[in-house]
Amino acid sequence: MPTVTMTVNGMERSGTVEGRTLLVDFLREHLGLTGTHVGCDTSQCGACVVHVNGSSVKSCTSLAVQADGADVTTIEGLANGADLHPMQEAFREHHGLQCGFCTPGMVMSAVDLANRNADPSEHEVREWLEGNLCRCTGYHNIVKAVQAGARAMGGGS
Amino acid sequence: MSGNGTGIGASVKRKEDARFLTGRGRYTDDINLPGQLYGYILRSGMAHAKIGAVHTDAARAAPGVHAVFTGKDMEGVGGIPTGWLIHSKDGSPMVEPGHPALAIDKVRYVGDCVAIVVAETAEQARSAANLIDVEREELQAVASIEAAEADGAPLVFDEAPGNVCYDWEVGDRAATDAAFDAADHVVSIDVVNNRLIPNAIEPRAAIANYDPATGDYTLYTTSQNPHLVRLLLGAFVLGLPEHKLRIVAPDVGGGFGSKIPHYAEEAILTWTAGQLGRPVKWTCERLDAFKSDTHGRDHISTAKLALDADGHFLGLHVTTKANLGAYLSTFATCVPTYLYGILFAGPYTTPAVYCEVKSFFTNTVPVDALRGAGRPEATYLLERLVDKAAVELGMDRVEIRRKNFIREFPYQTPVALQYDHGDYDATLDLALKAADWAGFEGRRAEAAARGKRRGIGISTFIEACGIAPSAVVGSLGARAGLYESGSVRVHPTGSVSVFTGTHSHGQGHETTFAQIVSDMLGVDFDAVDVVHGDSAKIPFGMGTYGSRSLAVGGTAIYLAVEKVIEKGKKIAAHLLEASAEDIEFENGSFTVAGTDRSKTLGEVALTAYVPHNYPEGLEPGLEETAFYDPLNFTFPAGTHIAEVEVDPETGEVELVAVTGADDVGRIINPMIVDGQLHGGLAHGIGQALLEECVYQDDGQLETGSYMNYTMPRAADLPSFNINHNTTLCTHNPLGAKGVGEVGSIGVPPAVINAVIDALRPLGVNDMSMPATSQRVWQAIQRANG
Amino acid sequence: MNDFTYHAPTSLDDALAALRGAEGGTLIAGGQSLLPIMKLNLAAPTDVVSLAGVAGLDGISDDGDSVTVGAMCTHAQVAGSATVQGRIPALAAMADGIGDAQVRNAGTIGGSLAHNDPAADYPAACVALGATIVTDRREIASDDYFQGMFMTALEDDEIITAVRFPVPARAAYAKFANPASKYAVAGVMVADGPAGVRVAVTGASGDGVFRMAAMEDALRGSFSAEAVAGIGVSSDGMLSDTAAGAEYRAHLVAVMAKRAVEACG
Repeated sequence: MPTVTMTVNGMERSGTVEGRTLLVDFLREHLGLTGTHVGCDTSQCGACVVHVNGSSVKSCTSLAVQADGADVTTIEGLANGADLHPMQEAFREHHGLQCGFCTPGMVMSAVDLANRNADPSEHEVREWLEGNLCRCTGYHNIVKAVQAGARAMGGGS
Repeated sequence: MSGNGTGIGASVKRKEDARFLTGRGRYTDDINLPGQLYGYILRSGMAHAKIGAVHTDAARAAPGVHAVFTGKDMEGVGGIPTGWLIHSKDGSPMVEPGHPALAIDKVRYVGDCVAIVVAETAEQARSAANLIDVEREELQAVASIEAAEADGAPLVFDEAPGNVCYDWEVGDRAATDAAFDAADHVVSIDVVNNRLIPNAIEPRAAIANYDPATGDYTLYTTSQNPHLVRLLLGAFVLGLPEHKLRIVAPDVGGGFGSKIPHYAEEAILTWTAGQLGRPVKWTCERLDAFKSDTHGRDHISTAKLALDADGHFLGLHVTTKANLGAYLSTFATCVPTYLYGILFAGPYTTPAVYCEVKSFFTNTVPVDALRGAGRPEATYLLERLVDKAAVELGMDRVEIRRKNFIREFPYQTPVALQYDHGDYDATLDLALKAADWAGFEGRRAEAAARGKRRGIGISTFIEACGIAPSAVVGSLGARAGLYESGSVRVHPTGSVSVFTGTHSHGQGHETTFAQIVSDMLGVDFDAVDVVHGDSAKIPFGMGTYGSRSLAVGGTAIYLAVEKVIEKGKKIAAHLLEASAEDIEFENGSFTVAGTDRSKTLGEVALTAYVPHNYPEGLEPGLEETAFYDPLNFTFPAGTHIAEVEVDPETGEVELVAVTGADDVGRIINPMIVDGQLHGGLAHGIGQALLEECVYQDDGQLETGSYMNYTMPRAADLPSFNINHNTTLCTHNPLGAKGVGEVGSIGVPPAVINAVIDALRPLGVNDMSMPATSQRVWQAIQRANG
Repeated sequence: MNDFTYHAPTSLDDALAALRGAEGGTLIAGGQSLLPIMKLNLAAPTDVVSLAGVAGLDGISDDGDSVTVGAMCTHAQVAGSATVQGRIPALAAMADGIGDAQVRNAGTIGGSLAHNDPAADYPAACVALGATIVTDRREIASDDYFQGMFMTALEDDEIITAVRFPVPARAAYAKFANPASKYAVAGVMVADGPAGVRVAVTGASGDGVFRMAAMEDALRGSFSAEAVAGIGVSSDGMLSDTAAGAEYRAHLVAVMAKRAVEACG
């Protein structure tokens, strides 16, 4: 069985996996990073979004072996100690979450947008979030949070 | 109620967010128990079939497999019960067939549980399930109401002729007939309320454990109401007393009604854990969730409204057929009856209302509550019909509503409910202004210049929340009480733990309830923790559904706090050498009236637990529990306005504006309340424009994944224009009504009325939900002849 | 998902060797098409050979008359490429509309073309622009490459290395997306370039991408929306599903074609 080594939230982590082990399962089951969620089997819901080498991807549609050697950031790696990341803080401030299940993927996706666009319009945010489903919020406050978070990030994470 | 920075009325940021935002939420699938095995549920791929032998030898021999159980193995274990007995018009009880957790002899829908495979890993269990050979004889399926009621239709249950579960009515038929006889105008409508799949983003999951040392069972499950699961699983399925069955519903990723029912998988897992003496974990995959989470809505209705020459409503007659699916889920039977028929007065003074509902078994997933549960179906029908009446009578759509509003309270409707209070003109006026209703024709013309057809639609509605009281619902067939408990424990150091039988799966109870307690007791908001979701910690509870948590659960907490204060006064009186009657409590201090002599809550609490100097005969401790059984439903009401633009070339409907003016009663946390409204609106808009569960005639689910079941996405929705006009509920001390379902109840007819308004110049006068681009395009083609 | 042996070669030769040595091997690029079907057990390869580490499959170059896109370029890279935006803006815009942001970050042009989903966007762009599919052993004209739903001219062990797009005088893509999956229900790329005026349609037909000869003829006469507005599209052979029946799909093809012509300016 293959061994994979990747940097996860700044720490080098290794594990023995099967070829078929999905990145999300490696994170959740092998590393205990249960903040990344699984909400569907067909790559639509986005609850599993993490960053691989700085870009947001769906960890349910990535193999752990594909991430061998990569730099992976999950929701657990976003905050700086007790200080929330500006995007996390914006979600809190603007009530951009309710049940919290889609939230990790939503935040990780939003950070990727903010890294590309420091001041996204409402339309740009709504289009960007096509790959993230939320059933609780109607997206209203998520959109506000993403805009505010992007501005707070000032063009970089 | 001080309304300070964290008190009642303040938009306090949520306590729960810190863990959710950092990936530290603890959902059921995040929990792992030592030695756990994984269960995989083999489901029926056929909608209707006799099953013979189930050959499991190959699966049992597969790598890692510990056990395989089938319906025969669980025979003798109780079936999955239903929570509400409905009686038909003739007084006979509904047909209530058995629901074995694992199918025995017959499967009745695609997704029906056939076997459980338990293995070392989830992949091993799933792979082994492929090796199970089920001897099946496929039967013709009935996958819709039309198929179920057809002459000679196959029977889902032999004991239910015509596939009918019950034929129920409410209201005075003779009086309604008389109203139609006297009418100047009769307007009728046929509507379908489209079937929906709830799709909480967290799929269901469960872990069951059995401790042979104590005989205790523990089930972690994705439930909106852990105590209700304990009641149904313990008393009806496994025959376990309450103290031997602990149900934990930890963080739950959305419910929307689909996590109310007690599901077969919960029973299968708990029983299996008992058989094996090891924890067994199961996580539903999304594709299985589509065919095993209860579905919602699915009505076919015809209705007629009698009016006088001036447009006053005289009578309403509604005939509905409802699809219950293959088995009776927990609240399936009351959703199309006591949560539906009794809503038909709406906000109007219609003096005679009659509603009859025939419910059918079909070979489809069981249907149960979904955000709004019965009330969206009623509101949609009524508000479509009122709009149609305005058009046919040549009246203004707003004025016909205003002309018929109830203005005197309390108001006894002809369909059982008594509205305590409301102000429907106020929310209507507020919404019209906020939506710039008066300026709409200008926007219509501007859109027309761009080649778009713009329309505006309105819905004025009422809902009934916090279903109650227990004695009344009991007389109507409910098999449980509908009260709530709340416990308030003031610790010796002055911090407070609050225990509620309601359950938060997104609603923010940990924040809202802490605001109430913090405000009432004058303790720091951060010193109040709210505990929910564990039957071992909370005295009793009925959970969260029907927008009940604040009005019922919040009131129980309120009453428990009052008891704490009363006891605290006795302790303070003793310390201050005064009479308890002379003690006043404010801002966390007990004061002798008219003096500056006082004791803080902290001092009183410490005394309660270190009772060295203590009133004679008074129990130590400062912890109180209250059970609250409401006197009545609560009646949130409001007006929703939707504005759409239709691309006549493609049929695409763009929702350009949504305005709500809502009266949800006392608002504890405006930020959270608006969030609830947003979510409900999105759900209602999803029903109106996007979502539709489609079954093929053979009972196969055509819309079985996110590839073909359209979930509302961010780009499908506008930002919402939310407005409030508050009147207080008169029969609970908080004045609270409820907010969780408002959007999904009020907005669907506003959206469809807007679509029809946009298309009417093209000759289109009707539109079904969801108004997909194809459906709109086809309607335009038909109108063009 | 069945387990498999994973290979991570660093050269084309090693990738080909791994593929040839496997009983039922398949290539993986970004995995955005392959992994979903493997999760549904619609594909169960014994070996999965990753192209991620193979040198020379990335990069976008401006070759004057054409733009060459490396097979491992992601949709996001194509959408964000200054070269593509400058030379073939319709291609950049099309890539920006594929799937969602995360799919665009992982999915590649080579993977998409090898998979040839009948509702994918790239086939319409390749055929309309007259692109050439470059492989480890030959060059294949788009007209020969697409051979029906999920069928291509690729041999079992052939690897796409790049795609060469001639720069058109004008081109535009209009897509009507399935509201649930966001795949194309009707996606029409109209191009006026070295390969002539071409109208290529994806998403609509069970046979995959196809050209609308009648529209191309009309546009050669007069490159205007009016020229194609009156041309009906037959519903024969059109896909039909919950979101769009054959008749509606055929209608949408006509509307999208008209809008793509309008967008050509």
